[in-house]
This record gives sequence, C-alpha cells and structure tokens, in this order.
Amino acid sequence: MITDLKPLSKLWLPLMLLAIFAFPFVDTNPYHVDVMVTTGIFMLLALGLNVIVGYSGILNLGFAALFAFGAYTYALVNIHWHVPFWIGLWISGFATALFGILLACPALRLSGDYIAIVTLGAGEIVRIALNNLDTITGGPNGLLGIDHPGLWFPKYQFGVKSEPYYFLVFVLVLGVIFFLKRLESSRLGRAWCALREDELAACFMGVSPVWAKLSAFAIGGFIAGLAGCVFAAKQGTVSPDSFDFVVSVMVLAMVVLGGIGNIGGVLLGALTLSLLPEFLRGFESYRMLLFGLAMILMMLFRPQGIAGFVRPKEEYRPKKITSPK
Amino acid sequence: MSELDIFLQQVVNGLTIGMIYALIALGYTMVYGIVQLINFAHGEIFVVGAYLGLLAYSLLSRIPQLASGGALILLPPVLIFSMGFTALLGMTIERFAYRPLRDAPRLAPLTTAIGVSFLLQNAIMIIAGPQDRSFPYLMTVKKVSSGPVTITNLQILIAVLSLGLMFGLHGFIKNTKTGKAMRALADDRQAASLMGINVNRVISIAFLIGSGLAGAGGVMFGMYYNTINFHDGYMVGLKAFTAAVLGGIGNIPGAMVGGVLMGVLEGLGAGYLSSAWKNVFAFFILILILLFRPSGLLGARVVKKV
Repeated sequence: MITDLKPLSKLWLPLMLLAIFAFPFVDTNPYHVDVMVTTGIFMLLALGLNVIVGYSGILNLGFAALFAFGAYTYALVNIHWHVPFWIGLWISGFATALFGILLACPALRLSGDYIAIVTLGAGEIVRIALNNLDTITGGPNGLLGIDHPGLWFPKYQFGVKSEPYYFLVFVLVLGVIFFLKRLESSRLGRAWCALREDELAACFMGVSPVWAKLSAFAIGGFIAGLAGCVFAAKQGTVSPDSFDFVVSVMVLAMVVLGGIGNIGGVLLGALTLSLLPEFLRGFESYRMLLFGLAMILMMLFRPQGIAGFVRPKEEYRPKKITSPK
Repeated sequence: MSELDIFLQQVVNGLTIGMIYALIALGYTMVYGIVQLINFAHGEIFVVGAYLGLLAYSLLSRIPQLASGGALILLPPVLIFSMGFTALLGMTIERFAYRPLRDAPRLAPLTTAIGVSFLLQNAIMIIAGPQDRSFPYLMTVKKVSSGPVTITNLQILIAVLSLGLMFGLHGFIKNTKTGKAMRALADDRQAASLMGINVNRVISIAFLIGSGLAGAGGVMFGMYYNTINFHDGYMVGLKAFTAAVLGGIGNIPGAMVGGVLMGVLEGLGAGYLSSAWKNVFAFFILILILLFRPSGLLGARVVKKV
C-alpha cells in the first residue's frame, strides 16, 4: 500500500509540515488553536503509550500516572526552585522515565493482563495520592502559579496565548517521531519486535526481555513526562482531575484505534479522538454518547486500526470442490 | 467499643460490600476466562442494573398492596426485572460490539468495550439525570446482632442473596451441560468447537449470566448505600475487576474469594487509615499479592517456558 505512494511521499512530508506550520496563521480562531495544542499533547501521550503497548506488547492501563508525574514534577521544581521550563522539560522527562522503571519492576514478574492490573492499580494510587498529599501536591485544588515558558533570545514570553504552545508541542511531536523512527530500526527496536512476535525464539537469540521491557517503560515514561511538563506549563496549574482513569483509557483507545505499533496510525488515532468531541459539540448532552458509538463503529469497521495492517495469516484453506457434472 | 470490636465491625461491613464486588467480579472473570476480554462495559451494566431496580421499585410501589409488603414482596420482582434486562443488555452488547471482533487483534474488542462504556454511562446520565438518586431500602433495617458489633438484617439479606447466586452459578458451571461447555471453551476454544459445542451460543450465555449477576449486584448496592449515581460504575467496576484478578482471573471461586477479600481490605483501610486512603490500601495490597502470587490467589500457575 505504501509502496504505491512512493513518488508522492517525497512531496507528502514537506506539504504536511507546511500545513502544520501554516495552521495558526490560516485559522486564527484562538479556540481552534487551543484544541490543536491539546491534540498535540495527546499525540505525545499516544506516542509514548505506543512504545509500551505497541512496541513491547505490554498492556498499560495506568498511563495517566506517568503523565501526572511529569506534570507535577515540573510544577514542583518550578514553584519551589524556579527551574525554567527548558530545564524542567528534561527533569520531567528523566524523572518520569525513572518512575516508569519503578512501575515496571513489579510488572516484570507478571504475565499478560496481570501487568495491566498492576499499572491500573498504580495509576489509581498516584491519582489518590495527588488528591490527598495536601502538603506537597495541594490536594484536590492542585498547584497554582506555574511559570509559563519563555525564550531568552529573542526575548519572548509564552504567556497564556495558544499559538506559541502550538509550535512548541509540534516541535516536540516531530522530535519524538524522529527519535522513535530511529529507535524502531535500532537494536532495541528490533529486540521489541522479536519479543512481540515470538518471545521464546527471541530469548534464544539472546534478547533479554527484562531489559527490553524496562526500556519500553522508561522511554514511554520519558515521552509522557515531556507531555506532562508542557501541559503544566501551558495551564499554569495542575490538579488531579486532569489525570484520572479516563485519560489512560482515552490514550489507549487512540493507540488501538489508530493502529497499534504504527506511528502514523497512532497520530491519526490521537487526532481523531481529540477532535471528534469538538465536532460533536452541537449535540450537547448527546456528545459523549455519540462519541462512544463512533468509537464502536470505527473499531468494527477497521479492527486493525485506521492505519494498521494485517499480516496475512498462512492457513490451509481447502479449495471449493465442484462436483463433476 | 474495644479494639477487637472495631476490627470486627470493619470486617462485617467489608464482607457485605465484598459480596457485591464478588457478584460483579464473576461477570468479569467468566467473560475473561472464555474470550480473554477485559469487559470495560461491565461496570456500566452494574449501574444500569441499579437504575432498573429503582425503576421497577417506583413502578411497583404505586400498587398499595405491594408497597406495604416490605422486602419479601418487593425485592423478588425488582431483582428479576433488573437482572432480566441487564442480562439481555449484556448479551446484546456481546452480539453487536464484541462478536464481530472475536478474531481481531486482542485490544480491538477492548476498545469497543471502552466505547460501549461511554455510551451506556452517558445514556444513563441523559435518561436518569446526572444527580444522585436515592434508592429505597425496600425494608425496615434493624440491628439483629447482640453485642457491640452491628449486623443489620439488610446485611444478612445481601449476604444470603449473593451467596445463593454464587453457589447457584457454581452449581450451574459444575453440573450442567452448558456449564461444562463453558469450561471446555475456556480451556481450548478451537478444540471445543470441534467437539460440536456451539461457541456463539455458549459465549452469549456467559454474557447473559454475568450481566444478570451484575444487575443483581447493582440492586443490592443501591439498597446498601441508598444512593446511586451514573458515575458509580467506574469505581465499583474497577474494584470488581481487581477482585477478579486478585482471585485469579478466569477462575470462578477465585472471583468470589477476591471480591470478598477486596471488600474486607477496603473496610479495614477505611477503618484504620481514612476513607480517602482506603482505595490506595486496597490497590497496594493487590500489587503485593500479585508480586508473590503472580497469577492470583486461586489462579492456575502458568508455567513459563523460558
């Protein structure tokens, strides 16, 4: 399918980049740009979860915990030590990667969906802890007064406008895509692929499943940390409400709906599920009902995801026997 | 009240809610055992059950002869109404949202389940309103125990009913032909279908029974807490699912043990820590148990080849 588009693909990428760059200039409605910033943050999250679910094949139902950890890390280091955004971004990323490894440690002993439950439990624990550790996290009210990012040269403050965040988020998304593309063909990427296809065979070839799974959680966590940091910096506040189970579930749905393990698909899934509620706004209280219905229908229509492909299964199919006349 | 009495009181309260968790956990575990699907919509079916119970009650209580009869007269029709409709709902959901994806990648039906969950939750909100609805006790609640530990007749009713349903299910799975077919499907679907088992029919029945039990759980949950909200399915569903995993997912006695244990853990957490931290306590214990028994308390040990 992709090979048919070969001549077009050279043109496709610059056109896409141009469209992304031009969007806030063409569509000056600040609300639309704001929605696109949220979409971009969800794209980052979906890309991060895709590393865990798509590359290493571990079902993670508590991804919002990593997102929350990134957001609160930046909020705390910024409020207490006035760490600027550009350094906070790295701190959030690496701290969340460590947190991801910590989460993965119990998970490694378990198989299949039991890991999913541990991640789910961890997600709930983080959310409840954020709600109740009043002295550190500010409880249900969250933390206020987080600095917006700014540039030193040229001197520019991001403030509360959406446009600068739009560019920031998409630079990050593009950077993460580039990184993941490189990763896919690296030793680690090939190890993930091998483990997913046949764990037993991969182990015999010297792939360490422990190392591969820990790296997946670390890298997925790093990306979620970046997303969390940008989210906190844009909002200026963080509160536990933004990180409940529904977020984990939505990001998972984006990954599955787009096509597990496929970067383009995951981006498309994030775009679809972030924008769909906006398009359904006219239906008011029926909005989320229709959203659920749309999710079901899309999945029924394309079980492998929007951009997923099905590896043809080799199977013995007897030919139809036509009786001789 | 002495230390021991406080402890016992928390255990009694935990046991009651644990029975309800166990009923819901059975639906998760049956479905998981047979089709390896985490049925996210199950928590919503439980809430639908609670609201249907409320609907049946408000219809029945218009008849004065019935309304004065108390729980013994009112409860059976309310339960049957709620269980019947949730059972049909569960079966319908399976038919349209899960069956077409049975041979799709494993996470595809999980995503439709999430979609169904959104759909049901919002349907309840639109039909019944977003506010809390008060649910009747259906009976006069009295303390029946002597001594400092309070046990009410409502708690006993819930325990008896839940245990009855659970043992009924256990007997059904153990002794009937359909039950045997279910166990066969859980073992090896392809081999079972080669033996002439109608796979679609058996899966439908599993959804039918599991959803019916969730409906019964919903009615009892409403009676116990007196208030229901369209949001309740999320937390209760999460805990029931956790309970199913705790017991060993796919394992029916495991779901019962897991549910009761989850309720007791939560009760103790609420009693000794604070109600805000009770869920943290429950989930923390869950993770600890899974660390030492990676396939749940009663789950079959999966031997790893590597």
